[in-house]
Amino acid sequence: MFQRSQPDKAERTVTLTIDGRSVTAREGDTVAAAMLAAGIPHCRTTPISGVPRAPYCMMGVCFDCLVVVDGVGNRQGCLVRVRDGMTVELQSGKRGLP
Amino acid sequence: MNPVAIRDSYDVAIIGAGPAGLAAATLCAKGGLSTVLFDEQASVGGQIFRAIEETPVTDKRVLGASYWRGMDLTRAFRSSGAQYVPEATVWSLTPEREIGVSLHGGSVLTAARRVVICTGALERPFPIPGWTLPGVMSAGAAQILLKSAGLLPAGRTVLAGCGPLLWLIAWQYLNAGAQLSAILDTTPAGNRARALPHLLPFLFSGYFRDGMKLLRAVKREAPVIADITSLRAIGDDRVTHVEYRRGNGAAQRLAVDNLFLHQGVAPNVNLPMAVGIKHRWSDEQLCWVPVLDAYGNASIDGIAIAGDGAGIAGAEAAEWRGRLAAMAAARALGRSVPDPEETHVRDELARCLRGRPFLDALYRPARIFRQPSGDTVVCRCEETTASQIIDAIALGCPGPNQMKVFLRCGMGPCQGRLCGLTVTELIAEHRGLSPQEVGYYRLRPPVKPITVGELAALPKTDAALYAVTRM
Repeated sequence: MFQRSQPDKAERTVTLTIDGRSVTAREGDTVAAAMLAAGIPHCRTTPISGVPRAPYCMMGVCFDCLVVVDGVGNRQGCLVRVRDGMTVELQSGKRGLP
Repeated sequence: MNPVAIRDSYDVAIIGAGPAGLAAATLCAKGGLSTVLFDEQASVGGQIFRAIEETPVTDKRVLGASYWRGMDLTRAFRSSGAQYVPEATVWSLTPEREIGVSLHGGSVLTAARRVVICTGALERPFPIPGWTLPGVMSAGAAQILLKSAGLLPAGRTVLAGCGPLLWLIAWQYLNAGAQLSAILDTTPAGNRARALPHLLPFLFSGYFRDGMKLLRAVKREAPVIADITSLRAIGDDRVTHVEYRRGNGAAQRLAVDNLFLHQGVAPNVNLPMAVGIKHRWSDEQLCWVPVLDAYGNASIDGIAIAGDGAGIAGAEAAEWRGRLAAMAAARALGRSVPDPEETHVRDELARCLRGRPFLDALYRPARIFRQPSGDTVVCRCEETTASQIIDAIALGCPGPNQMKVFLRCGMGPCQGRLCGLTVTELIAEHRGLSPQEVGYYRLRPPVKPITVGELAALPKTDAALYAVTRM
């Protein structure tokens, strides 16, 4: 559970869709940060046992924040920045092929 | 797709834009070398100076002087003339210094006469029961969220573990007005006595005064529970409680919304090991460190390692090591870097390293938190548990590479980054060998997953085409 520290009026925001929800994020946020700020409980379910996972390292090494960004699976949410109109889906198990 | 002009070759390629990479790139460019800096993140600074040019945390007291010191480094780099390529994932480096780099879903190959690997450190795995539950994160991750997105924890927050970074994030959180329910300190009680012989040099290292101030400030404002000997994160779809023991005491529980874990950092070995650079096990730092000369040159000609990837020494030491590697690169290419003087750089580096043996001994993580047992997940990707690994050892599985065959552990997308140290230590412990004898996963490129399509789209040589088509 996270909250924004100092809602700065001067900051630019972007609007994207995460797991079907419209989410406002700060420009410059990573997808993983935007998901945590919006209270999205998990990013993916694992391919092995199907349990939920949320971001763990936020620096690109743990791969627990894998999500589907604009239809492309296995994207590391902590390395991708939010964009206006972006669609992020939770990744269920293994990445699906297009 | 690729708007960045990557040249076919450079004098120097630097991988990683933390303190070591920024300092090395700045000096190389100033010495007149064509210099490129690749970094996986979207902004400069690495993790220690993460988002320094754009952090929403503008009150300088929150992150403190040790963070904002990075501004000078960043400014010098920005005006150095080095080419900066963000959002660039280096997935391959060959001993001939050919570099495969992925940019926005497409890859290019380039080459360099000298390469300085500045890929830094990552947090040591902290395999406790429940560490895979949502709501449990590394403390480093929590700090990155603060620096890069201005996020503070909401609800009941517990920090658990040991090491300087744990106290630093606690201090930064308190500066930002966040509430901490507890800090569960896992530093083993015996560490103080073992650290004592190294105290004197630490007192004169420059880190002592700031460190003590920070510790006192945190202990004034947050409940610290010391001598923690067991930890468990509890919850179904999300962590709801942390269970702990003090010494030999009974288990106690705290309700939590956030549990942040940390027990030190270790060099990020994936890229250097995949090139074939020789490493050795450090008993002092409980991790693999590359074998380097006094300039950071590794066992493969033309490749150096600077920063925490050369052995954990902190951000300031990383800068000086970056400069040394740059000087060596310039000299090897027939240039010289007049400023700073090498003796000055060596003196500064020595000062930064002076206190390290004390910190290594004091914050040496407990065996119980490095070598788990039972159902605790070791490999987060493949969900391999400690007892499965221990059973495989009993069946005769001799090392980490065979463990992949037995259990797939280490074979998921993180490529062993979150389980490698644990697996080596477990095998060493249960086979009665040293970690050096046990060894590590055999790492290979691509060191970050890329699609087969991305590989296939790379330009091919005639020889490579002939090898496949015979035409």
